[in-house]
Parts: sequence; structure tokens; C-alpha cells
Amino acid sequence: MPDQLLFGMEVALNGLMAGVLYALVALGFVLIYKASGIFNYAQGVMALFAALTLVGIMEGQVPFAHLINAIFGTKIHHLGTPIPEMLDPDVTIAYFNTEGAGWISWLLGGIGNFFIWPINNFDIVLALIFTVFVMIALAWAVQRFIFRHLVNQEPIILFMATIGLAYLLEGVGELMWGAEVKTLNVGLPRGIAEGVESVTEGWFGYGFFLSRLDIVAAVIAAVLVTALTLFSQYSKQGRALRAVADDHQAALSVGISLNFIWILVWSIAGFVALVAGVVWGASSGVQFSLSLIALKALPVLMLGGFTSIPGAIVGGLIIGVGEKLFDFLMNPIIGGATENWFAYVLALIFLIFRPQGLFGEKIIERV
Amino acid sequence: MKKRLATLAVAAVMAAGPVMADLVFPSLSYRTGPYAAGGIPFADGYADYFTLLNERDGGIGGVMTRVIECETAYNTEKGTECYERTKGEGALVYQPLSTGITYQLIPKTAADGIPLHTMGYGRTSAANGKVFSNVFNYPANYWDGASIAINYLLDQNGGDLSGKKIALVYHNSAYGKEPIRTLNELSNKHGYELLEIAVDHPGQEQKSQWLRIRRERPDYVLMWGWGVMNPVAIQEAANIGFPMENFIGVWWSGSENDVLPAGADADGYKALNMHNVGDDFPIFEDIQQYVVDTGKAAGAGDQIGTVLYNRGLYAAMLAAEAARTAQEIHGVGDITPAQMRDGMEALVMTEERMTELGMPNFGPEFSVSCENHGGSGQGKVQQWNASAGEWEILTDWITSDKEVIMPLVMEDSEAFAAENNIEMRCN
Repeated sequence: MPDQLLFGMEVALNGLMAGVLYALVALGFVLIYKASGIFNYAQGVMALFAALTLVGIMEGQVPFAHLINAIFGTKIHHLGTPIPEMLDPDVTIAYFNTEGAGWISWLLGGIGNFFIWPINNFDIVLALIFTVFVMIALAWAVQRFIFRHLVNQEPIILFMATIGLAYLLEGVGELMWGAEVKTLNVGLPRGIAEGVESVTEGWFGYGFFLSRLDIVAAVIAAVLVTALTLFSQYSKQGRALRAVADDHQAALSVGISLNFIWILVWSIAGFVALVAGVVWGASSGVQFSLSLIALKALPVLMLGGFTSIPGAIVGGLIIGVGEKLFDFLMNPIIGGATENWFAYVLALIFLIFRPQGLFGEKIIERV
Repeated sequence: MKKRLATLAVAAVMAAGPVMADLVFPSLSYRTGPYAAGGIPFADGYADYFTLLNERDGGIGGVMTRVIECETAYNTEKGTECYERTKGEGALVYQPLSTGITYQLIPKTAADGIPLHTMGYGRTSAANGKVFSNVFNYPANYWDGASIAINYLLDQNGGDLSGKKIALVYHNSAYGKEPIRTLNELSNKHGYELLEIAVDHPGQEQKSQWLRIRRERPDYVLMWGWGVMNPVAIQEAANIGFPMENFIGVWWSGSENDVLPAGADADGYKALNMHNVGDDFPIFEDIQQYVVDTGKAAGAGDQIGTVLYNRGLYAAMLAAEAARTAQEIHGVGDITPAQMRDGMEALVMTEERMTELGMPNFGPEFSVSCENHGGSGQGKVQQWNASAGEWEILTDWITSDKEVIMPLVMEDSEAFAAENNIEMRCN
């Protein structure tokens, strides 16, 4: 097989993985838009806030320490012992060794390790649960203090409110946890997936690069999407959520609490933001530019539609592969760094033919 | 009534009493926004040095110093606003800490007669003092940085880089593109192949770039990055198995913020620096005694000794020394911005002086002149030791290739002078 074709295949494969990461961010937008018609500009900052909170809890950091110290003249920063050290499990289960294993063993071992990990990392799981509670509290606060007062307002007003929320949350996050770069170590694997490299080496004579972190992120995203789909299709709250999404007034008339549903959906979006923050923060550290990952979600939403969970996934994959392949093919002609703008070009092309996005609902208004 | 009038008169006299002279050093800091992690330690170091001078020495030449901090969030518009807001306070010198803000301030500071110090960033050709009377970029600039990196690689390869492939991974901005021309010139001279790889802002996603490096297999990678681009690049390099000891960042890609997120994977990564690292210098004992222990440290006081804290400290020291030089030249304590400029132009940094200041070998020895506002153009190479969690200096001061750089500086600055009808000085 020609080298360029092999390289192209490798690029496309990595594009798919990048697309999964974009889709993770886009999911949060979709959930809130679907349930409340609000385009949540703060979704990227929510990912940052969630990741900051997780690291803060894991490190045993005292929230608002700078503020407390400034007011009371104290010098507290940390609780003393980081939570992981406090909760180190006595018993650990050995992981399956997948290095150098065949394709099937590598896959099965990987799945097994996926389930062993939470048992061995109980401290991290606990920190994640605490963070989820913080995100639920945030959802309640957002609903109670902002959107409850804006019911029946124009979408643009709600959008502006989320811009305000984004900056507020960024400031609160900084006051709570500080602005320095934080290392997020939740045990996610790094480096090249040797299994993929050795298998493709055997098939094509060229070992493809695929990051182990990307594979784990793809698995997490798949689990998340499946769970969200099952939740919205088969649970009572999920059906209520869909009812609210279809028609607020009709949902209210059958006794569904809008307030509860909105808190629920902001909480789920907060959880999705936490997952996105963890996956992105694992490679770059948790720093304030993490909020800019929202920029990666916009073309995905334009392409996949604002109201479709599968749309976010498929949109993410198309954008991921499209931008990477374009960069690969056009690099020799126009130079690199095309990804930021080409993602939007791709989304615009799709928009011309399907304004509602690939999976978005077609809006038909009778006059 | 008389009593009330008397009270008012006393109040008026007190209000109109003699104004205490002070030396004003604005700090255009960024403690918020996506680049806050880099802005905070620099701002802390800058402020702490002046606090130390006030607390320990009673200021500079008997005149107290005052740092006015203004938040730019690394935003060019906000930076320009900060300049306009603070220049009336008697600002002696501006350090914008952003190439974007620097470009906006070059004409403004020239018109207002206030000097600008852009240490290791900004407009590189401002090193030509004949054209840029108010701008100083000592001790080194971007082009020096590119040449220092190549000189280091020459040294590693027995003086021969012919046939080698060197990739430049750069932030796709004016800043990131700065070294390209110099590296191309040096490529002609030394026979290496240059591979240019751009990364779009903010650089959170760099898969394409590192897949390309994996395919092209360069011998060395140089990086001109900032913010989140740096740790992501280091992590991606580790992912593809690129040898860290062959990966060298510029001084804005060489702080703790850049390597810590990658953990042990970052071990062996190298970066340039224009000053020394760590807190093993006598001045840090004074900072502890006079600044930290008295509760006067800037920020949380938790950045002391980090690379960017030291950079802020070094920048403040150079500003203070220039102010001291200006006081000596003009025989006054309370100097004006114009006198400060004279002090900067006559600044001489010797090892003897740095030792007196408790900062032996902290920066290179250099002197500034009317023609040369760029200093010696020297830098060191440092390497990250992940297990110790600290940077280690690998080399002595490496001098840039002036034979290549000076013609580029002259060409660019003279074109600027022609465009803006600037008359050459220093004749």
C-alpha cells in the first residue's frame, strides 16, 4: 500500500478519535438546548469549573483560600493531606497486562481493566462523586438565581444570560481554586497504544499511532451516549425531559415540573462537562484555556444539529476526520494550522444543504 | 463658625501638602484569563522585588518605589487601556508582557517619551537603538533565541548540522512566526533542513502536527509556544515517543506550567532561558525576611523561585538598576521618564553588581548603548528533571550568531524608520 495512503488512514483514525473528544463537549450543549432552548455559552467554562473542582478536591485544597486568608489574615491553602493519600485502598487488584498481546487479548484485557480501575482508584471515584454533587449544586443555583427569573424571555436574552454566567463562573472558579496550572492525574493512560501499532504493523508494514488516552476517551464517550440515550428513552425523568423539549406548556399541563427538569438537565450537562474537562485536562493540565474547548464544539453543533445526541456524535466524527484529512492533504500546498477554520467551513457547507443540521429537527412554522 | 473655618483651612493645607516623591513602575499584569498561569508568577516576582527595595533599602537612591498593577488579561485592547490609565501617574517604564500590546505601545510611548522594556519578546528589531529610541529589549530577543538554540545544537553535533532535519513547532501568530526567518538564514549557513509546523491558537489539540513529526522524523524539534500549547505539545511528543532531550522550547515554553501536566513524560525536555533558575540565591533570603515574613508578598507568595517568578524578579531588577543609573547620571532622586530612558541606555550589568544584589550569575553580563538596545543576546539551556520537579541549567551563557542576526535587525529597523520618517540617532 502506498505510504501516503497509509499516512492518510492513520490521520483519519486519529481524526475519528479527536472527533469523539469534540462530541463530548458538544453533548453538553445539545442536552441543555434540547430541554430548554438555551444555547449555553458557558458549557466550556463548566468543563473548566468541573475539572478545577475535581483537582481541588483531590489535592485537598481549601476553596476560596485566598479570599479567606485576605479577610481573616490566615494562611490556609490545603487541608493538610491530599484526599488520595487519605483514602489509599489497602487492597488493589492486578490489571491485565495487554502489552505485546494479540488483538483479542488486548481488547478483552482492556475491557477488564476498565472495570478494575474504579476498584483500585476508589479515592478518585469518591472525588468524582463529590465533584458531581458540586455540579448539581451549581445546576440548582443557575436555575434558582438566573433562569427562573427569565422564563418566557426571548432566546437571545437567555443566550446573553449564559454569556454572563460563563464569565461569572470563570471568576468564581479562579477565586475558589486559584489560576495556576493544575496537574490532573486520574490514572488515565497516556502514550501510544502498542496493540494498535503492532496489529497495523502486521497488516500494513506501518504501525499506526493511536493514543491510549484517545481510546479510553472514545470508550467513555460511547458509555456516556448509551447511558444518556437509555435514560431519555426508558426512564420516567428521561421521558419527562423529552416532553419538556417537545412542548413546555403541554408538559406543564400534565404535571411535569419544569423547574425540576431544568435542574436535572443542567446537572447532566454538568456531568458531561466534568467528563470533557477530565479527558481534555488529562493531556494539557487544568488551566483556564480549557474553557476554549467550547470553540471546538460549535462546528460540531452546526453540522450535527442542536437537538440531537447522535448528531453531536456523528458531527464530531465528521469534523474530526474532515479537519485532520484536510490538513494532511493541503499542508504541502497551503501550509498547516487549517483545522480551526476548516471545521467551520465544513459545517457551513453542511448548513447550506441542511440548515437544521444533519440530525436536527426540521422547523416548519405555519403562517 | 471660626472653628469650622479653621478646621477646613487645616484640612486644605494637609491636602495640598508636599507630595511624597516616588518612582512609579506600572505592571501590566494578567492574573485572569487563559494565560493567567503564566502572568501570575511574573507579576508576583516584579512586585516583590520593588517591595524588597522599599522594605530593605528604603527604595532606590532614597526614593520609595510604587508598583501600579493593571490587569490586561493578555488582551491587547485592555493592555492599551492600562497604558492610557496609568501613564499620568508618572510611569517610568512599561513592560507590557505581550507582543501584541508592545506593538500598540511602540508609537504611543515614543510620543509620550516613556521607555518600553520588552525582555525576550516584542519587536525584535527594536534592538537597534538608532531607530527605536524608547524601546529596549535587552538582554535577548526572539532572533537571539533561535540562534542560541542552533548554536547549542551545533555544539551537540560537533559543530556540524548539515543533513539534519529540525522542526519548528510554532504558535500560529506573529510571536510564533518570529524565529522563522532567522532559522531559515541559519539553515542556509549550517545546512540543516527546516520543517515549519504551525499550531493554531490556543493549541489544545495538536494531533495533526505530531503525526506529521512522527512521519517526517526530524532530528530535533524547536518550539515557540505559549500557554496551553506547551504542555499539550510536550505530552504529544511523549506520546509519539519523540526523545525529550531533542525537544527544545524557547524561554516562553520553559516554565513549570509547561512540564508539570505531562508528569514523568516531560523528563528531559529542554528550554532556553535568559536568566538563572531556582531559589538558591542570597536575594531569596531577603525576600523571605522582608517580603514574605512581613506579609507583603504579592499574590499568594507561592510562586517564589519558579521560572516565571524569577523572570519577573529579573525584569524588576533591571528596571531598578536602570533607575539607579538614571539617578546617578542626572543627580536627582525623583527621576522623570526621559531620565529613566537615559538610565536604560547607559545600563551596565556586571557580575560584580549582580553579586552585590544577591543575584550572582542570575543573568548575563551586558551593557546597553545608544546603538544597541538589545544587550548581549545570550541565553542558557535548561532541562526538566521530573523526579526532582525542577529545572537544571545545562550550559553556560550561549551567545547568538550576531553575524546573521544583526543584518536582519538592521534591515527590519531601517525599513521601519523609512516607513515612519524616523531620523537615525547616535551619530
